[in-house]
Amino acid sequence: MHPITTVHYLVLSVALLLIGTVGVLTRRNIVIILMSIELILNAVNINLIAFSHAWGKPQGQIFAIFVITDAVAEAAVGLGILIALFRNKETVLADEIDLLKW
Amino acid sequence: MLDTVLFYIFAAMTLLGGILTITRRSAVHSAIALITSLMGVAGLYLMQQAEFLFAVQIVLYIGGIMVLFLFVIMLVNLDEAAKERQFSRYWLVGVAAVTAVGAELAYFFYKGGPNAFHIEPGALAAAPQAMGNTEVIAQSLFSEYLLPFEVASLLLLVAVVGSVVMAKKRI
Repeated sequence: MHPITTVHYLVLSVALLLIGTVGVLTRRNIVIILMSIELILNAVNINLIAFSHAWGKPQGQIFAIFVITDAVAEAAVGLGILIALFRNKETVLADEIDLLKW
Repeated sequence: MLDTVLFYIFAAMTLLGGILTITRRSAVHSAIALITSLMGVAGLYLMQQAEFLFAVQIVLYIGGIMVLFLFVIMLVNLDEAAKERQFSRYWLVGVAAVTAVGAELAYFFYKGGPNAFHIEPGALAAAPQAMGNTEVIAQSLFSEYLLPFEVASLLLLVAVVGSVVMAKKRI
């Protein structure tokens, strides 16, 4: 078996990114769209950690920490918006929220 | 050898969890699948000697964000949404766009990847660090990246205030 190189991690990260993007673009349920965004951010983190390990420098891990901070902030605000939306519109389906459409 | 096997186990966990997350009808099932996926990613962190991020991933992602998601799933009535059509009417366009991006990246890997990125993990690393992973991160975070660190805490404050304002009935 081949030893695991950085390229393996990059390919995995690309695959996870594409899965997350498919989720964001095709699902109707907003909760699952937010979960897909978490998948995308995790794909970014795998990439950062892989390069951090390859170069033996901690900077990639620091950036991953900042990405995780952003993910937390995004999830908190996104879910808050979702609760406000559900209270006013009684729906969590993304294509039924068409207040700005005419 | 063990590394290779572990990598494929964690990669399979990550990808299968991700695929289940975006295909399940019930949001709770999606959340469980996402937890599997995040645990796979945590395992990959551990394999690359990022022990601090492994702990952060478990404590913050699986323990924090996923509990937040499950809270909201319980709070918001998703039963009607689960009975409806799950995919948007334009799902084919989305899949086509992602396929195009995937083909682009695959071409990139095929042409330049193996040469440009063929680095053995740790090959370029300097002498093994005397400090542990957490100490290295802390030293870098609190000296070189102090300003971004403070800005991140400001971001979290804004997020806390924003989510309270959003979720509160009357301010």
